[in-house]
Amino acid sequence: MAEPVLEVKGLSFRYIQHHDQQGDSEAISNVSLRILRGEWVALLGRNGSGKSTLAKLLAGILSPHGGEILLHGEPLDMDHSRRSDLPIGIITHHPDDHMIGTTVQDDIAFGLENRNIPYDEMKHRVEEVLERFKLSPYRHHDPSRLSSGLKQLAAIAGVLALKPSLIILDEALTMLDTRSKLEMIDTLRQLQVSEAITILSITHDMNEAAAADRLFIMESGTITASGTPDAIFKLYQELEPPLGESLRRCLLHKGRKVPSKYMTEEEVVDWLCTSPSKTLRQITS
Amino acid sequence: MHITLEDVAADYKLGPIRHADVLVHVQAVFRDKALTAVIGHTGSGKTSLLKVLTGLITPTQGRIRVGDIMVDAQDYSASHHKAIRKKMGLVFQYPETQLFAETVEKDIIFGPMNLGVPEQEAKEQARELAIKVGLDPKLLAASPFSLSNGQRRRVAIAGILAMKPDILMLDEPAAGLDPAGRKDILSLIMNWHREHQLTTILVTQDIDEAACYADEMIVMSEGTVVMQADTREVLSDPELLRAYNLESPRVRVLQEKIEYRAGIKLPRVCITIEELASALIEAGLV
Amino acid sequence: MNKLLLGRYIPGTSWIHDIDPRAKLASGVSLIVAILSVGHVYTTAVLWIMTYLIMRLTGIRVRTYIRGVKPLIWIIVFTVVLQIFFTAGGTIYWAWGPLTVSQFGLQQGYLVFTRFVLVILLSTVITLTTRPTDLSDALYDLLRPLRLLRLPIDEFAFMLSISLRLIPDLLDEAQRILDAQRLRGADIGEGSLLRQMRSLIPVVLPLFQSSLNRADRLAYALEVRGFRQGIRRSRFRRFRWQWKDTITLSLVVLFTLGLLLW
Repeated sequence: MAEPVLEVKGLSFRYIQHHDQQGDSEAISNVSLRILRGEWVALLGRNGSGKSTLAKLLAGILSPHGGEILLHGEPLDMDHSRRSDLPIGIITHHPDDHMIGTTVQDDIAFGLENRNIPYDEMKHRVEEVLERFKLSPYRHHDPSRLSSGLKQLAAIAGVLALKPSLIILDEALTMLDTRSKLEMIDTLRQLQVSEAITILSITHDMNEAAAADRLFIMESGTITASGTPDAIFKLYQELEPPLGESLRRCLLHKGRKVPSKYMTEEEVVDWLCTSPSKTLRQITS
Repeated sequence: MHITLEDVAADYKLGPIRHADVLVHVQAVFRDKALTAVIGHTGSGKTSLLKVLTGLITPTQGRIRVGDIMVDAQDYSASHHKAIRKKMGLVFQYPETQLFAETVEKDIIFGPMNLGVPEQEAKEQARELAIKVGLDPKLLAASPFSLSNGQRRRVAIAGILAMKPDILMLDEPAAGLDPAGRKDILSLIMNWHREHQLTTILVTQDIDEAACYADEMIVMSEGTVVMQADTREVLSDPELLRAYNLESPRVRVLQEKIEYRAGIKLPRVCITIEELASALIEAGLV
Repeated sequence: MNKLLLGRYIPGTSWIHDIDPRAKLASGVSLIVAILSVGHVYTTAVLWIMTYLIMRLTGIRVRTYIRGVKPLIWIIVFTVVLQIFFTAGGTIYWAWGPLTVSQFGLQQGYLVFTRFVLVILLSTVITLTTRPTDLSDALYDLLRPLRLLRLPIDEFAFMLSISLRLIPDLLDEAQRILDAQRLRGADIGEGSLLRQMRSLIPVVLPLFQSSLNRADRLAYALEVRGFRQGIRRSRFRRFRWQWKDTITLSLVVLFTLGLLLW
C-alpha cells in the first residue's frame, strides 16, 4: 500500500505576542495528519486559522514547540529543504515574493543552485521544465512583468525542477484569476496522475479544496475535521459548498425532487441532463 | 457625477525604454450614481484607466469629461486635471501600504485636512467613519502599524472616504483577502455606494464579484475598451469573453455546461445559484 | 527617478555589448585609473578622443550619454569653480581677497572637469551595455581571490544581486505610494526645505514599512527555496571568455600603462 510521504504528529507552535499587537496570533496546537504518496490533500481554513503557520513548520522555516514531522519516515530537520534527494517544494501565496531570479530561467535555476547541482544536470533540468510548461518563449523575461498565471506557472516549474516528493501550495492559487486557477488545477491534476506527485494545497477556496482527494479543516490552530470532500461538505452544512452541491441544495430547498446525497458538479450536470422530466419534455415537444 | 472618455490614449515611458502599459482609443462612459465594474486580463489597462482619470498619467490624445469639467489632451491644462482630481477618491491596490501617521485618527484626517477641513470637524467625521467601516473607535488612538492587515485596509479606505469624493474608484479592493474578508469589504463598499448614491468604479480581476455588485461592466483588452454594457448583457456571451481572455462567473460557466449538455437555452443569464435554480425549474429541467 | 541613466541596461549587439563583462569591468577600472592620473592638459585630448570612440562603438547615441551627465552638472560646476578660484599658481589673471584666477587654477579646473565627465561617461558605457546581473556576477568573479583574505565576498555578491532584484520593485512601490499620497492632497516636494522634508514622511515611512515586510517575505522565499548563508552553490549563469576579450583587455592595459608612463 502507499506509504505516508508526510506524517505530522501532535504538532504545536506559538508565536511570541507583542504587547501592542491588535491582530490575531496564529498558534497551532496538537495537529496530526498523514499524506500518502500520490495523494492530493487540501487544508482548508480561514485567515488566522493556523494554516500558514503549519506551512512554515513543514517548510522548515519554523521549529515546532511540540510534536514531530516525519518525511518518508525520517524526522524533518531544519535543513531538509536543502537535501537534494527528497525535498519538499513550496509555492507561496504571492507570486512576486517567490521569484528570486531576474529572468524566468535564472529563477528556475535558483533552487537548483542552492542544492549545488552540477551545471550540466542543472541545464538539463531547466530545459526540461521550460519545455514541459511551455515557458521557453518566456525564458529571458523578467518574472515580475509576467501575468500572475504565468508567474505561478514559472514558480511551479522551478519547484518541479527539484524533483520534490511533496509539493505544498501555500495559497498559491489565491491571487490567480478564475481561468488561470482552473488551468493550474488541471496542470496539477495531470502531474498527480502522470508522476504520482503528492500535493498538499493550503487554501480557503472551496472549489480548490474540492479538487483534492482528501480534505482537512483547520480552525483556531487545530484540525477540526478530515475526510473526502463529499463527506466533509455533507457533514458540515454550514460550510459553503462547491458550486454543484450548492445548486443541488438550492433546488432541494425549492421543493424539487433531487437526490439527497452530496453531488459533485459533474454529477449534478449529469443528473439534470438525463432526468426523466427532460426526456418527457423532449418526447412531448 | 457623469464621466466620459472620448478616444483617450496614454502611454508612459521609463527612460529610454518604453513601458508596456498603454491606453489606445479608449471610449467609455461611467453613468452617474451607477456602480461600474472594469474587468480585463492583466495588462489590459484597467489600472491605467484609473490613473488617466485622476491625472497621474497625462493623456496623449482625447478628451475626458467629468461632470462639467473637461480635460482635452490637445489643449492640456494641469489645473483642470487637478480640479477633476479633487472630486475623485482612488483606493489603490493594497491601500494599507500607504498608512504612515502616528495614530489611526491622524491618518484618516490627513486627506480632509489637506482639503481644508478644520481639525475638530475632521476628527468627528473620522470617528463616525471608523464605525461605518467596521473599526472599533478605540483603535483611533492606536498606531496603524499595530493593526491587522484587514483592519489597516479599512483605515485606508476610511481615509479616502473621509475626503467625501463625488466619485469613488477602487483598484482590486479585496485583493489578498479570504472569501469572508472579500465579502466584508465589498459589502462595505456597496453599502456606501447605495447610501450616498455615489458613482463608483470598481476595477477587479474577480468576475464573480463584478457580476454580483456591478450595474454595468466595461471590458478592457490590450489597452482599449472592447465592450460596455449592462452586466447581464456583457455576461450573455461566454465565448466572446473567452476571446478576451476572461472566464465567465462560475455560475455562468455551470449554466453553460448544463445548456450545452441538455441542448437547451435557459430563459436568462444567471449570476447566482438562486437564479440558476429558478431558471432550471422554469425550463422544465427539474 | 526616470532621468537616472546610471544603472539602466539598453540591449544591443555592438562590440562593446559583446565583451565578456569581466573584461569590460577590468578594462573600465583600468581606464578610470588612467583618467584619474592624468596630469597634463595635452594628454586629456587622447582621453577625450578615446572615450568618444568607445561611446560610438556601443551603438548608443552620444546624446544619451550626455543626458546622463546632466543631473550631476551642478556638482561638477561647483567643484570646478572651487578649483579655479582657490588654487593659485603661475600667471595670475585676477585676484580679489582669497579668490584668484590663475593659469594653474584654470588648468586644474579643466582637469577636474575632464576627470569627472570622463569617469561618468565611461561608467555609463559599462552600465548601459551590461545586464545588471552580469555586472554583479563579473564583480564577484573579479573579487573572488579576496576570499582568501577571509573577506565576505560571497555575501557581498549575493547582497548585490538581491538588491538588483529588488530595485524595480521598490521604485514601483515608491511611485505607488507617492501617487496615493498626492491624491490625498499631500503637496510633496513643495515649499521651504523644512516643509519639503516633512512632506516626504507620508512617502518614506510607508516605504520603510513595506520594505521591511518585503525583506521578511524575501527571507522566507529564500529559505523555502533552499538558500542558506555559507553554503556551497553551483552556478547557472556562465561567461564565455573569447579571444576578443583578451585583445580588448590587453589593449586597454597597454594604453593605460603608456599613459601613466608618459
